[in-house]
Amino acid sequence: MWDAFVAVFSRDLLQAWRRRADWLTTFFFFIIVVSLFPLGVGPEPALLRTMAPGIVWVAALLAAMLSLPRVFGTDHADGTLEQLILTPQPLVVLVVAKVGAHWLLTGVPLALMAPVLGLQFGLDGAPVGVLFFALLLGTPCLSLIGAVGAALTLGVRGGGVLIALLVLPLYVPVLIFGAGAVEATVAGTGASGHLSLLAAGLLAALVLAPWATAAALRVALE
Amino acid sequence: MAINWFRFASPQTFYPLAGRMIPVFAVLAAVLGVAGLYIGFFVAPTDFQQGEVYRIIFIHVAAAWMSMFIYLVMAAWAAFGLVLNTRLSSMMATALAPTGALMTFIALWTGALWGKPTWGTWWAWDARMTSELILLFLYIGFMALQASIDDPRRADKAGAILALVGAVNVPIIYFSVKWWNTLHQGASVSVGRAPSMASTMLLGMLIMALAFWMYSIAAALMRVRSIILERERNSQWVRELAAGAPA
Repeated sequence: MWDAFVAVFSRDLLQAWRRRADWLTTFFFFIIVVSLFPLGVGPEPALLRTMAPGIVWVAALLAAMLSLPRVFGTDHADGTLEQLILTPQPLVVLVVAKVGAHWLLTGVPLALMAPVLGLQFGLDGAPVGVLFFALLLGTPCLSLIGAVGAALTLGVRGGGVLIALLVLPLYVPVLIFGAGAVEATVAGTGASGHLSLLAAGLLAALVLAPWATAAALRVALE
Repeated sequence: MAINWFRFASPQTFYPLAGRMIPVFAVLAAVLGVAGLYIGFFVAPTDFQQGEVYRIIFIHVAAAWMSMFIYLVMAAWAAFGLVLNTRLSSMMATALAPTGALMTFIALWTGALWGKPTWGTWWAWDARMTSELILLFLYIGFMALQASIDDPRRADKAGAILALVGAVNVPIIYFSVKWWNTLHQGASVSVGRAPSMASTMLLGMLIMALAFWMYSIAAALMRVRSIILERERNSQWVRELAAGAPA
């Protein structure tokens, strides 16, 4: 079971390495969206500082969502996914491996980039650190919940737009606690409550979402 | 005498049963609706703070209750369809979604109409309103997913998984929005405290909620009958029905 996990995980990473442009697009999309906001609302430092956590988090949500069709899309197109379902290994484990690879390729780069963007928006050291940790806790949630949407929309007409409609409402709690952690740090009330709730959400998603994803994959390929 | 409930799990036997039930629920909805509106508009006393404006709650509260209740019923039917693999259960879930979305929309719209004269604003990012809005998005997502899958059985199952994921998420979303709202300290309005309500007001609200409930059942049954006909159009009994129907 562990072997199967490692095999799927490393295969996804290898594929991503061979098609680097795919994942870099998501990364630069994130940076561009964040950079658009100051141009839209004006360069007022105080305004930007209060808006920074929300902007970074909304951009992270959109970036994570845009990369979702790729989690199962290519494997579905070339038939690999059917073979994965036919293997004797539990599908849930394979799903967790694929979601883990997706997180490593989208969530982690976003979290690493976020502190730089936070500094651009005039956030201080402590909020920037919290922003980093909150994204590190929140982005796996986005990948896990998003995988359900990605599996449900496999091979469906207008899948790309549909996935936004399905997944974004479910992202609301992650957005609230993620951005709330940074805002609480700025306000001086401490981010531990928000970060704990994010971690709790991550654990709940880790337990429940892979099962829903596996069920959705079976529905999509039956 | 034991009733064989599974007899009506078949679309063919349920179709005429639904046809007989629709008038009952439609009449109940009409009678209760007239009674509720009469109590709401003529019997219930004028609110000493809000004046006559408050009377919109007789529609607003009923619609808001139904919007949440229908989502749960829809998720339950979807779960039955997924677990027992019964086609009719999934059809019920599909039939309930538009009515639920309608109720959510009515609740939001009447809430805005009530909010403008009372709070002085059409919209506040209050916990209940925001989670109601997200509920509307969940309904729309469910309908959009089912509409974009051509194979009806696959649409049923995919929709069921989404409805169940949504049902798990609804309380999480509600509490996250609630905490978010209190932390922002922004909205400066509290919807919660209904100052001890006159009993006629409560009565009117309950009757209106019942009326909306009966309406929802009637509308869902009418819709499920159409879905049955559409999906079973190649079966023998639907052909006979169509041939026997007066032209």
